[in-house]
Amino acid sequence: MAKAPRKTTPAKKTEAPKRAPAKAKPVVHSTGGLKAPIYRATKAEMLEFYEQMLLIRRFEEKAGQLYGLGLIGGFCHLYIGQEAVVTGLQSAISPGKDSVITGYRDHGHMLACGIDPNIVMAELTGRASGISKGKGGSMHMFSVEHGFYGGHGIVGAQVSLGTGLAFAHKYKEDGGVCLAYFGDGASNQGQVYESFNMAELWQLPVIFVIENNQYAMGTSVNRSSAEDQLYRRGESFRIPGVQVDGMDVLAVRGAVEEALKDVRSGGGPVLMELKTYRYRGHSMSDPAKYRSRDEVQDVREKSDPIERLKAALLKQGVSEEDLKAMDKKVRKTVMEAADFAEESPEPELSELYTDVLVEQY
Amino acid sequence: MAIELKMPALSPTMEEGTLAKWFVKEGDEVSSGDILAEIETDKATMEFEAVDEGVISKILVEAGTDEVAVGTVIAEMTGEDEEAETGSEAAPASEAREEAKPAPAQEEKPEIMEAAPPAPISRADDPSVPEGTAMASITVREALRDAMAEEMRKDETVFVMGEEVAEYQGAYKVTQGLLDEFGAKRVIDTPITEHGFAGIGAGAAMGGLKPIVEFMTFNFAMQAIDQIINSAAKTNYMSGGQMRCPIVFRGPNGAASRVGAQHSQNYGPWYASVPGLIVIAPYDAADAKGLLKAAIQTPDPVVFLENELLYGRSFEIPEIEDYTLPIGKARIMREGGDVTIVSYSIGVGLALEAADTLAGEGIEAEVIDLRTLRPLDTETVLKSLAKTNRLVVAEEGWPTCSIASEIIAVCMEQGFDDLDAPVMRVTNEDVPLPYAANLEKAALIDSARIITAVKKVCYR
Repeated sequence: MAKAPRKTTPAKKTEAPKRAPAKAKPVVHSTGGLKAPIYRATKAEMLEFYEQMLLIRRFEEKAGQLYGLGLIGGFCHLYIGQEAVVTGLQSAISPGKDSVITGYRDHGHMLACGIDPNIVMAELTGRASGISKGKGGSMHMFSVEHGFYGGHGIVGAQVSLGTGLAFAHKYKEDGGVCLAYFGDGASNQGQVYESFNMAELWQLPVIFVIENNQYAMGTSVNRSSAEDQLYRRGESFRIPGVQVDGMDVLAVRGAVEEALKDVRSGGGPVLMELKTYRYRGHSMSDPAKYRSRDEVQDVREKSDPIERLKAALLKQGVSEEDLKAMDKKVRKTVMEAADFAEESPEPELSELYTDVLVEQY
Repeated sequence: MAIELKMPALSPTMEEGTLAKWFVKEGDEVSSGDILAEIETDKATMEFEAVDEGVISKILVEAGTDEVAVGTVIAEMTGEDEEAETGSEAAPASEAREEAKPAPAQEEKPEIMEAAPPAPISRADDPSVPEGTAMASITVREALRDAMAEEMRKDETVFVMGEEVAEYQGAYKVTQGLLDEFGAKRVIDTPITEHGFAGIGAGAAMGGLKPIVEFMTFNFAMQAIDQIINSAAKTNYMSGGQMRCPIVFRGPNGAASRVGAQHSQNYGPWYASVPGLIVIAPYDAADAKGLLKAAIQTPDPVVFLENELLYGRSFEIPEIEDYTLPIGKARIMREGGDVTIVSYSIGVGLALEAADTLAGEGIEAEVIDLRTLRPLDTETVLKSLAKTNRLVVAEEGWPTCSIASEIIAVCMEQGFDDLDAPVMRVTNEDVPLPYAANLEKAALIDSARIITAVKKVCYR
């Protein structure tokens, strides 16, 4: 007989914690003394975050549209709803010094790494001008130049690989930190804990980022995880953890700054759980029978990361027109990416045989 | 101009579906994310969301319509910002689609005929050993250790990690002395956690280092095989050649002695079937050293299969500085004109033994050590076949889907006219390896069985 999982803390349902008002001290769920202050962004920074999140959303909407038109094939996992996570985290790291790795829901991470939307979209449509020459597809994209190490299709594999990237940072003494992103689903994979163990044992500079979007494909966290407070998953390895409202870009940025401080000072790995939500299905072919339409609608209305930041910007005196203009600019960028992706030629057939190995033997 | 809403494909294989229900009617204002309709396929019912903001101007396919083909215009809407956006929004999408969709289908067939795989290449010979070069007698174990030490001296980014490689000096003493010379930063004891450290090794390689990951035996690498194949082997291809994974996975492979089924298996055929990997399985000390050095130097991921029973055997090795051998080149261990015996790893010793016995009976066998299992040196094999017209493959491993099967296929496809007899394979029995001494002996390949097979193909 299966025993009912023991609940150490009342389980939070799908609703993300409400963002605390700027002045009140937010309740921080953390272990190992990690702090998570709300970031005090300048208006310019907020506008930057807004544009970044908007770009990801519009890009993903367009990707969904192109999928529906048959221009994108295979598996395609959209990031809509989770934009604040990657935007907040990536805004805090040093490009060229730090490294980033994630799973297959990777389009947003690439855009947040500053990779040209054209070549990302062209990879989705399987064209020669795609970032992997059309040979990778949605789940397998990389840009060593931008410190983006994929784009991995096997759930959890990127956690060990990311720990290896952190190993390389420490070995080379280059001062870099690896952000290893994975989902609530991957957080149940064995190799994740093997990696936690070695990361702490060897004090590797890695931030384990759990994007808890509440559902591993169709299985909710509560149905799959004995400890559903995922920020505690590092405790038996002495890895400090913190739970963050992943629908609030300023909360994400504030928390990651603290985490980075800790890791950069040689404190070893840190675990962050970002509570977020994906609006779309797990992949494009997801009938979404595991949650109600009302649940999705409720999150969209109450916690949408873009709308929340928009409200804050309006309060700061940014005009509706300015935001609209920004939206227009972003739409244009995305349209251009889509046009580029549709018009680029497919790879030459000779590409079939290239890049299997680096050397000729 | 209106935005056309088309019947979407909701899965990679969907061609048509039923438009079950509309959630909007003409004149409704919608914004991105609103559910417009419900679509049924044979597998599921799914919702169709709006991706643009605007007003639904026309519904063209009624609710309840079956067999609506993907791509059919099911409704039209006017954009929120008509003049500015519709021009770029609707037009290019539909145009490009018409162009993009049928084009590949038409061109596909003739072009595939043109794109032939690269022809097999002649590979460089081993470096010549000048006359008078001193020869040293060393064990395979020492040869492997020397190869690692030499490469570690040359290149700071090379390091070794694995279970018991440092303080214990190696479970089979292959890493003996490395910790003393290179320190704990570069010779790293891991916990017993193959999946994890194979992934960490692969990640470190992607991050610019050159890891040597030792598996205590390749049986334990089964826990790590996902990282070896899905991460290490495929990354260069999937990234269009951008991201490399220069790593060596090494350790003993194949049957040892009386360790039973879970500790006795030859993974050569497994890894050799994977494009993107280099697979090396040397026999003697010189090849072990020269090829391990090459494996560490190459930018490609390598699976380097050693054999526990060979570790302690001594062989002559030329005392040449930086003795490195070419990957992908087979070695003719013994020349002969009557029959070719192809083998690798521990099988080479058995083949040589068999050849000696056969010579006493008037059959001159040529013995080829493949050394590298991927890429295979088919040229050397076929050349020998053209000379002897008879071939036997000897492999310490299972028969099914083996290296032997592969060599036989190559002989059939490319050497058929040279064959005077069917190619035979001599392998282990097709059973998990038993423990009992007599059963184990009965299950494993030996030189007597090779001799029998050779006589058969020579019709003697």
